[in-house]
Amino acid sequence: MNSIQTNEENKTSLFRFVVALADDSVILSHRLSEWCSNGPYLEEDIALANIALDYIGRARMFYQYAAEVEGENRSEDDLAYLRTEREFTNLIIHELPIGDFAFTMVRQFFLDVFYHLYLQELVKSKDQTVAAIAQKAIKETRYHLKRSEPWIRQLAEGTTESRDRILLAIDELKEVVGELFDMPSWEIELVEAGIAVDRQSLKPAWDKHVQAFLSASDIDFEDTRLQITGGREGIHSEHLGHLLSDMQYLQKTYPGMKW
Amino acid sequence: MISMDTKTIDEAVELAKFEQKIANEEKIEPSDWMPEAYRKNVIRQMSQHAHSEIIGMQPEGNWITRAPTLRRKAVLLSKVQDEGGHGLYLYSATETLGITRSEMIEALQSRKAKYASIFNYPTLTWADIGAIGWLVDGAAIVNQISLQRTSYGPYARAMVRICKEESFHQRQGYEIMYELAHGTPVQKQMAQDAMNRFWWPSLMMFGPHDADSAHSGQSILWKVKRESNDFLRQKFIDQSVVQIEVLGLELPDPEIVWNEERGHYDSGPIDWDEFKRVINGGGPCNYQRIKHHKKAHQEGEWVREAVRAYRLKQQTKNVA
Repeated sequence: MNSIQTNEENKTSLFRFVVALADDSVILSHRLSEWCSNGPYLEEDIALANIALDYIGRARMFYQYAAEVEGENRSEDDLAYLRTEREFTNLIIHELPIGDFAFTMVRQFFLDVFYHLYLQELVKSKDQTVAAIAQKAIKETRYHLKRSEPWIRQLAEGTTESRDRILLAIDELKEVVGELFDMPSWEIELVEAGIAVDRQSLKPAWDKHVQAFLSASDIDFEDTRLQITGGREGIHSEHLGHLLSDMQYLQKTYPGMKW
Repeated sequence: MISMDTKTIDEAVELAKFEQKIANEEKIEPSDWMPEAYRKNVIRQMSQHAHSEIIGMQPEGNWITRAPTLRRKAVLLSKVQDEGGHGLYLYSATETLGITRSEMIEALQSRKAKYASIFNYPTLTWADIGAIGWLVDGAAIVNQISLQRTSYGPYARAMVRICKEESFHQRQGYEIMYELAHGTPVQKQMAQDAMNRFWWPSLMMFGPHDADSAHSGQSILWKVKRESNDFLRQKFIDQSVVQIEVLGLELPDPEIVWNEERGHYDSGPIDWDEFKRVINGGGPCNYQRIKHHKKAHQEGEWVREAVRAYRLKQQTKNVA
């Protein structure tokens, strides 16, 4: 099924759905790329740049499709570079500053487990383009997870300092993981149409995976009731505006030019 | 006394074999006997090359988060990742000569080892990313193509592999410059300015004139270096002038003129005082580059410590 021919309302929902997935990817890619020449090993500089590249690839595919769905002659770059922080709808976990290596790896672990579950469902989307992008992305995510898990294990069981840093990162990040499973109204509509994934339904599997993995390192992972949300509505942390002023610098300083 | 004489004789035989191999254009391999001075010479050159790849990630990394389009961002990320890969590959290849990566990093951080001096200049605008890809990688390729025939086997093989990727890097740099040079006046000015700033340091990348080059003589004899600094620099100037004409930019050196008799472009004098000053730590970013490298290294120490501790615990567990 090609969903571009659906009615106006569906079209708006599909655009919001796809552009949000692009936003998630481009913002996480931006953060990961900040590790370039800052990693604890040269191998990590390379690996994190590689993962950043995977996410920028996803972002481009989703933005291109979002632009096509919208049909307003906007390009992938218009969507990435000319929207404001209130228009960006990425989930907040993607935008938080990189912190230390423990923070970056815990975020990566949480997201890798999430995307592993999410993409397995998204490949079944009735929207062929979305399914095809998910098909490509899932291969990358399997590899990402294979990398983030051993890192969490080593740091959690390495030294007192590394364990403390991991615990601190978990503590900070658990306030923003809940949003991964919150469903806005337009996504619920698309779930009914067989296009989107019910993220809420992934929560038990995510909890189980994360808890089992962490408990093997004697870490109790419990959900916190305090959850920071708002990303899909364009209500972000203070960090996103700074990220965008960096990312969009050239396009905004020299409007309308080709690069 | 007898043992010393035997040793001397053995060494003389080995040296003769070594020199014969060089004369026959055979590669020297890690397990082969080699004179200590050859080993040191190759370590110096290879580690300097590896450090250049790594330090070069800083000025280029400076624009990853600000690349103007998603495509440019992906290409730049991929390029910088390649440079990291080259550094890793070269560090490993250098380790075959009996030095560890941490010893090399220590030499870099204590300024005993050098890296390409051009990375001591800042990347001020997006056009600088174009100029680095086009001119700096371009100059590096001219040098590295000749090094595909270097006498040390692991280095020669590394160069074959690295040259392939570098030619992509040069093309992406030239493409950035082309787009800017054919863009708005402000973009064209950006391109001109970047080329003007990177032109002279690019020429300096080939090192001093042949007559003044400290390491050249022996390196050429041992076929570590295959072509002279001036020969390679001329080759670079000749190819670049044509490329500048295609861009439609003004030449960065008013003395560049075609010399029919030589069949080459003549060009103006290089400011060797600047070259020496920057090599000896007086460039705009020398301090910043090493400081950044040390800072990242220190900030990562707890991670490396954790990895060592974890491995030790696993080994103890396995033994028990």
